[in-house]
Amino acid sequence: MIKLSAFFAGLIFGLGLLLAGMANPAKVLAFLDVTGAWDPSLALVMGGAIAVAVIPLNWARKNKQSLLGAPMQLPMKRELDARLIGGSLVFGIGWGIAGICPGPAVAILLTGHGKIIIFVLAMLAGMYFFSLLERRRTA
Amino acid sequence: MSIDWINFTPWTSLCGGALIGLAVSLFVLANGRIAGISGLIGSVMQFGSEGWSEKALFLLGLLLAPLLWGAFSVLPEIEVRAEWPTLIIAGLLVGLGTRYGSGCTSGHGVCGISRLSARSITATMCFMFAGFATVYVIRHVVGA
Repeated sequence: MIKLSAFFAGLIFGLGLLLAGMANPAKVLAFLDVTGAWDPSLALVMGGAIAVAVIPLNWARKNKQSLLGAPMQLPMKRELDARLIGGSLVFGIGWGIAGICPGPAVAILLTGHGKIIIFVLAMLAGMYFFSLLERRRTA
Repeated sequence: MSIDWINFTPWTSLCGGALIGLAVSLFVLANGRIAGISGLIGSVMQFGSEGWSEKALFLLGLLLAPLLWGAFSVLPEIEVRAEWPTLIIAGLLVGLGTRYGSGCTSGHGVCGISRLSARSITATMCFMFAGFATVYVIRHVVGA
């Protein structure tokens, strides 16, 4: 049951991205181009998603178990550290260069665009590089 | 600031956003987990880590979404103007940055803001600002 819900959550997430127009990197860049011909669509995607998710996620904060009895695993960190801010700035630069963030990258991988495959391989390499650096730091 | 009314898609974007909200709600209500794509990918790359199969199944669903969409309708346009050396740099920055920053548009931008996390609100402001600034520099300063 818990595996089925995970699969369907991913599937619905992907359909949502496609419907929202966020699968198109050119449209994402048009949102980030506030001083050009600005396409505010992405703000409505986030607004729509947050409007639906705000009650379930706040219910989750107050409960120790999910409706299917799985342990509730929410992030515990509270401090605003340099890693959070620096990492997010680096991510934003990469996002601004190509208009692709991790969700859409996965959601359009199987559409067969060679450029998306290159982006995803580079993104996975970046994540792998992070885990190598982390292992060295904690070793 | 001038709004591009021709390409602005308020209703489909709002409905698509609502579907994304439904998906992250289902994942937290049923599985007790945050649907942050960069974090899920990072965990799935460590084979056999905690919750591996659930996380992999979420990503499998996400991966298969265009095939389901394509079976019933025409897939939306996907336009990538950047060339491959640029895409490699962008991909590396997105991979490294999301892991150091513990999240991306989904984990911080949707889930984190929904649960009013100060860390996620800060992260979202940072990557939005960096995204706006990067596009400004590329399009209006360098003029690419």
